[in-house]
Amino acid sequence: MDMKTNYLGLSLRNPLIASPSPIGQQIDGLKQIADHGAGAVILPSIFEEQITREQEMVDALIGSGSESFGEALSYFPAEAEYAFDSSGYLRLVEQAAKELEIPVIASLNGTTKSGWIDYAKDMEAAGAQAIELNIFYVPSDISLSGADVEQRYLDVVSSVVSAVKLPVAVKIGPYFSSTGHMAGRLVEAGAKGLVLFNRFYQPDIDPLNLSLDTSLELSKPAEMRLPLLWIGVLSGRINASLAATTGVETTDDVIKYLLAGADTVMTTSALLRHGPQHMQVLVDGLTEWLKARGLASPADIRGKLSHAKVENPEAYERANYIKVLQGFES
Amino acid sequence: MAEKQAKKATMDGNTAVAHIAYKVNEVCAIFPITPSSPMAELADEWTSAGIKNIWGNSVSIQEMQSEGGAAGALHGSLQAGALTTTFTASQGLMLMIPNMFKIAGELSPTVFHVAARALATNALSIFGDHSDVMAARSTGFAMLASNSVQEAHDLALVAHAATLESRVPFMHFFDGFRTSHEINTLNMIPEEDIRAMISDDLVREHRARALNPEHPVMRGTAMNPDVFFQSREATNKFHAAVPEIVQNAMDKLGKLIGRHYKLFDYYGAPDAERVLVLMGSGADVARDTVRDLAAKGEKVGVIAVRLYRPFSAEHLLAALPETVKSVAALDRTKEPGATGEPLYLDLVAALAQGVANGKRKTMPRIIGGRYGLSSKDFDPSQVKAVLDELKKPEPKNNFTVGINDDVMHTSLEVDHSYGTEADDVVRAMFYGLGADGTVGANKNSVKIIAEDGGRYAQGYFVYDSHKSGALTVSHLRFGPEPIGAPYLIRTASFVACHQFHFMNKVDVLAQAREGATFLLNSPFSKDEVWNHLPRSVQKQIIDKKLKFFVIDATSAAREVGLGSRTNTILQTCFFALSGVLPRDEAIAKIKAAIEKTYSKKGRAVVEKNFAGVDGALERLYEVEVPDAVSSNFERPPAVPADAPEFVREVTGPMMDNLGDLIPVSKIPVDGTYPTGTAAWEKRNIADEVPIWREDLCIQCGQCSFVCPHSVIRSKYFDKAELEGAPGGFKSAPINSRGYPDAQFSLAFYVEDCTGCGLCVEACPAQSAVEPGVKAINMTLKDELIVADGRKTMGFFEKLPVNDRARVDFANVRGVQFLQPLFEFNGACAGCGETPYVKLLSQLFGNRLMVANATGCSSIYSGNLPVTPWTKDKDGRGPAWSNSLFEDNAEFGLGFRLAADNHLDLAQSLLKELAPQVGEDLVNAILTAPQIHESELADQRERVGALKVKLLDLKGNKAAESLMSVVDQLVRRSIWIVGGDGWAYDIGYGGLDHVLASGRNINILVMDTEVYSNTGGQASKATPLGAIAKFAAAGKRTQRKDLALQAVSYGNVYVAQVAFGANPQQTLQAFREAEAYPGVSIILAYSHCISHGIDMKTGLSQQQKAVASGYWPLLRYDPALRDVGKAPFRLDSPRPTLKFKDYAYNELRYRALSVNRPEDAAMLLEEAQKQILEKYQTYEEFAQMDAGPDASRAMGAGGKF
Repeated sequence: MDMKTNYLGLSLRNPLIASPSPIGQQIDGLKQIADHGAGAVILPSIFEEQITREQEMVDALIGSGSESFGEALSYFPAEAEYAFDSSGYLRLVEQAAKELEIPVIASLNGTTKSGWIDYAKDMEAAGAQAIELNIFYVPSDISLSGADVEQRYLDVVSSVVSAVKLPVAVKIGPYFSSTGHMAGRLVEAGAKGLVLFNRFYQPDIDPLNLSLDTSLELSKPAEMRLPLLWIGVLSGRINASLAATTGVETTDDVIKYLLAGADTVMTTSALLRHGPQHMQVLVDGLTEWLKARGLASPADIRGKLSHAKVENPEAYERANYIKVLQGFES
Repeated sequence: MAEKQAKKATMDGNTAVAHIAYKVNEVCAIFPITPSSPMAELADEWTSAGIKNIWGNSVSIQEMQSEGGAAGALHGSLQAGALTTTFTASQGLMLMIPNMFKIAGELSPTVFHVAARALATNALSIFGDHSDVMAARSTGFAMLASNSVQEAHDLALVAHAATLESRVPFMHFFDGFRTSHEINTLNMIPEEDIRAMISDDLVREHRARALNPEHPVMRGTAMNPDVFFQSREATNKFHAAVPEIVQNAMDKLGKLIGRHYKLFDYYGAPDAERVLVLMGSGADVARDTVRDLAAKGEKVGVIAVRLYRPFSAEHLLAALPETVKSVAALDRTKEPGATGEPLYLDLVAALAQGVANGKRKTMPRIIGGRYGLSSKDFDPSQVKAVLDELKKPEPKNNFTVGINDDVMHTSLEVDHSYGTEADDVVRAMFYGLGADGTVGANKNSVKIIAEDGGRYAQGYFVYDSHKSGALTVSHLRFGPEPIGAPYLIRTASFVACHQFHFMNKVDVLAQAREGATFLLNSPFSKDEVWNHLPRSVQKQIIDKKLKFFVIDATSAAREVGLGSRTNTILQTCFFALSGVLPRDEAIAKIKAAIEKTYSKKGRAVVEKNFAGVDGALERLYEVEVPDAVSSNFERPPAVPADAPEFVREVTGPMMDNLGDLIPVSKIPVDGTYPTGTAAWEKRNIADEVPIWREDLCIQCGQCSFVCPHSVIRSKYFDKAELEGAPGGFKSAPINSRGYPDAQFSLAFYVEDCTGCGLCVEACPAQSAVEPGVKAINMTLKDELIVADGRKTMGFFEKLPVNDRARVDFANVRGVQFLQPLFEFNGACAGCGETPYVKLLSQLFGNRLMVANATGCSSIYSGNLPVTPWTKDKDGRGPAWSNSLFEDNAEFGLGFRLAADNHLDLAQSLLKELAPQVGEDLVNAILTAPQIHESELADQRERVGALKVKLLDLKGNKAAESLMSVVDQLVRRSIWIVGGDGWAYDIGYGGLDHVLASGRNINILVMDTEVYSNTGGQASKATPLGAIAKFAAAGKRTQRKDLALQAVSYGNVYVAQVAFGANPQQTLQAFREAEAYPGVSIILAYSHCISHGIDMKTGLSQQQKAVASGYWPLLRYDPALRDVGKAPFRLDSPRPTLKFKDYAYNELRYRALSVNRPEDAAMLLEEAQKQILEKYQTYEEFAQMDAGPDASRAMGAGGKF
């Protein structure tokens, strides 16, 4: 069985990728993921806001109380000053690149142009083999037009692509007026791959305490319909790798994405729920499934049910909706 | 040789000295004490950073438990052959004295660098004078004085060179604060010149003298009358050689670096008739003054003493012109009862001997006087006053200068209009708040300017006595020549006020000279600001023809995300207005300084400050100054006219920064001050203050329990009392059953609030319909809120005080009705200690005596001008005292000894007087239970009745005697209070002794896990893995478990509490401890700014400390054994949180995880392991059965 997969120009031993999760924050976790068969691993994201906030916090905490009282002009040794920056992250990238046999993809999460380029360059220097840009932007400023927002995405992508030689994948959300067209523009801007989709941090509301609840829920298989649809629509129609993410729990889910046209399939929630060893379950499951059908590689099924290849492409469009409704009626 | 072109730098005196001391030593034994601590901190940081000494070797730094310990370790290290030094001051030096005699007697070369500081007498003072070094002058140490930052750097090296050659140990001293903390421009001695000054042969000789079993000797024998005397005299030749050795070292250094010093340096007219002799920074003031006066034709001069011990009369006489007719010795110390202060006596003896042995022809008239105690500013006008006094036919001896002594009339008249400042020196003053970054920016400005080719700069900073909302005044001088002038600015060419509200509090423009520039940070525009200034300020601006500029830096800072830090914005304005540097160049340099200062904290911080600089000048406006005063208000007096006399005449002027003008006659003679004066100081420092939603309130008392400044008060009262309540006065029916007509009210002293927000964090009552609204909420403070607050508080104060006998002391809800007798203290906003102190005052205040260890708690409790301990309506309240840092347990035990003795006396006299005062009353008093408040109230009533009867027995000796101790018949609550630096380290020996004493005494240790007061140095309470000063690379050992040590005695009540995690358990522990008829100790978790937390999260951090098992709550009550119960109770559940989830919210742990991730991970793992192990141990104890065996098992014969 040849499970090899090409993703962003990288050769993966299989199409399963562990996407960013707390397991990957330590080298030991990354090793476990790799040992359990992952094709590649994406390190946890550097969050631009987190870095900024922590820098400001450190400044405020060290400053508070200092130069105020004659007996204690400061409360910390000089060594307490630290720039919370990407250095810890870069150490992880470096270690992972050195110690793992599978490709290591670094991930960046932010919304502004500033900072991106430096972080991306540092990741490249630290030995990452690709970069995933997770563009997480809720245009809460409602005076921004759709075009403004799209331009912002494109600017970020082109600035990062021009700064590094590494392949860059872009992880986006589905909420564009024309997601497919936007996907094409991102590829034109230099993205070598698209990761569909990120899950916006949508706050919940706590009715007891009358407050916003920002905790994150793990994705569920039911959520995979949307990425499945867009993978299916885009497969074979844009010149970039396609990675599917969201809702991958079982081997069947992996197979569904491959059938829709995904080059690679990513999972986080299932690993958090079942442990890193679950990666092996998925890899073995896929291998068995292909073997049972006498297929030689994932390429044999990739995109077989994509919009471009399926016999009834209207099923991806409105007809699909109608069919569902009819289904309910029957 | 001309002065060598060396590296020019700006730094303070401590840094200048530390640079030398570090380079020429192998071992530093240290302990923090203001103002010397930064030297030790720097040494520790340099060691952590791997910096080597001149031989390329590592320097070993060892923090000790006290200065006594440091001196002992240093002594040992010297005996073992290492080059060893230490840094200290004041009380620290006192603790070193026993070892100093030994070290000098054994001719061991070392240098103690002393930032000379006042000794505590009738009060503690952290400020500078020579009383400490003078107290150590008989130790046999040589004493070398430095007068400036440059000299401190140079002479530090001279001291090290000379000690090695002479074998006589040295005290190298310089004025605390004035020199230790003044930033000035200096030329650093290049490393090769340091190297050239230290002889390797002498170093090897020192090592060769070390104790060594390869060629063993004994040192430190006990001698008898036959030889001790001779042995003392045997060292004479070594001391006699010192002056020449020092002068040679000075000359050698002079050749190397071009700066020349003499043992006694003379400045002034060669034919001077009047000469001053003094040492320290005052000598520089005198030098500048005599130069000015001599240039004007006056025949005056000054001798700056550098080598004070051994005192070389020969060198002194050589320095003093023969023409001199009168001499004044100025001592920065006081020796009560002596015929004069030490330098005066030495001068008299030297001159008398000189005349007697024919070395000098005439005996000049000699007078001596005192100046500058506790950093009292000493300026040219005072120097001139002394020189003028010398002109008089009968000059005053034993004079003082710089104060108004209207009692013994020792003080000299001073003409304050005299000054010597050159016109080409820019003199700038800045009034800021600690939190706004003014001082930090000014330190940067000094560096920016001094690094410019031909410029020199000086910065000195004055801080007030509070830890929150503190006023800082920066005094900056810039000029083309090196700047001496070690005194505060008298006339300023630039004045900046960085906080608008100071205009109503401080006479900001007092020092502004005519035509000066005045920059005001104002929320009002250039067109509106005039009408918001008090009349006196308007008048000063007009009369002094000031150029007046405004900027709304506060809004600008907020807009660019700098919060309250207006520093870079106002710094930019200063450079733009003062013209010290070309504007563009200045801005470029400010940005470079920002980059240097903040880049270690990250790009985001740098960018914000850049944005502050960029936006500053477009918001800066000149105000068109009207011709006439038009304001309809005046700066209010510091205290109202109806304040008590003492407050009006003493406290008020101190609050008004006019304390220098208070005459001697007004000052208490023995350090006794009235309590309760903090209530007169309405500081108004909070931007936000709490407001109450009576409809949501559940009246639980949590908010007032946690309030660190006793701002929140509760009362219940009859509904009828509401008559006459001002509009806006809030109350709600009390929610206890059985009180249908009772109302509850919560009120705030908004003018005393620091805005910490802990009350809101503690409030459990949340609106069911309004998001984020609780029963107590913070709101922006404005004039209306202040006015309303005054009105409602005025009414609230008049409501009847709740009867203590009717209050339920057993729960937090009840405690809120007990009046705090500790209020409006000087602690940081959100302080984690003061709620405990306040609780003490609420529970036991009217019969409380507190012995307070030096530290944060003695400062926020007792740093004048005001006193936060106060009285109840009957005039009773806590009696408080602070002895020292190291002796607090013993000091408090002394309270108990006196109380017990006088109680015995009172009881026996009472029995003796039974026939006269009545058997029933006597029996009732002697057998009264005094545990519950009602019982105590009854006893007070009985003692009151007894007093009346005793008054009737006038002439009866026993009755008169009983009257003098009768108050002891009401049970005293004696508490020993302090921090972990005292309890775990410096005072541990005494604490342990008190724990073993069996006396009825209570100990409260407020544990911040560092020396908070001196700026966060590690103590033995500092936890594993946290960084602190002296543990910059993270503490590598576990903190001491003082609780278990105390438990091991078996008969000590021990509690470990955290008020933010479990206030009820805290309350129980306090009550049980007080009621326990033996020794009790409470270890109280106290969150602190030195933990690196947003203080608003203090309570949740306490909860996490407990939830993680890091700080288990426990009570060990030996009394339970007597009733068959297990004495050890674990009050917190098993850990439910990882240690990391508590620790990594704090900068002290988090910083290590970023800077040294591998170390941090290892220490974290170790800390977690230890927490679980310890918890398990505690659990085992808690599960032990009652009975004597249980406590014994936990004692010496048990598991540890």
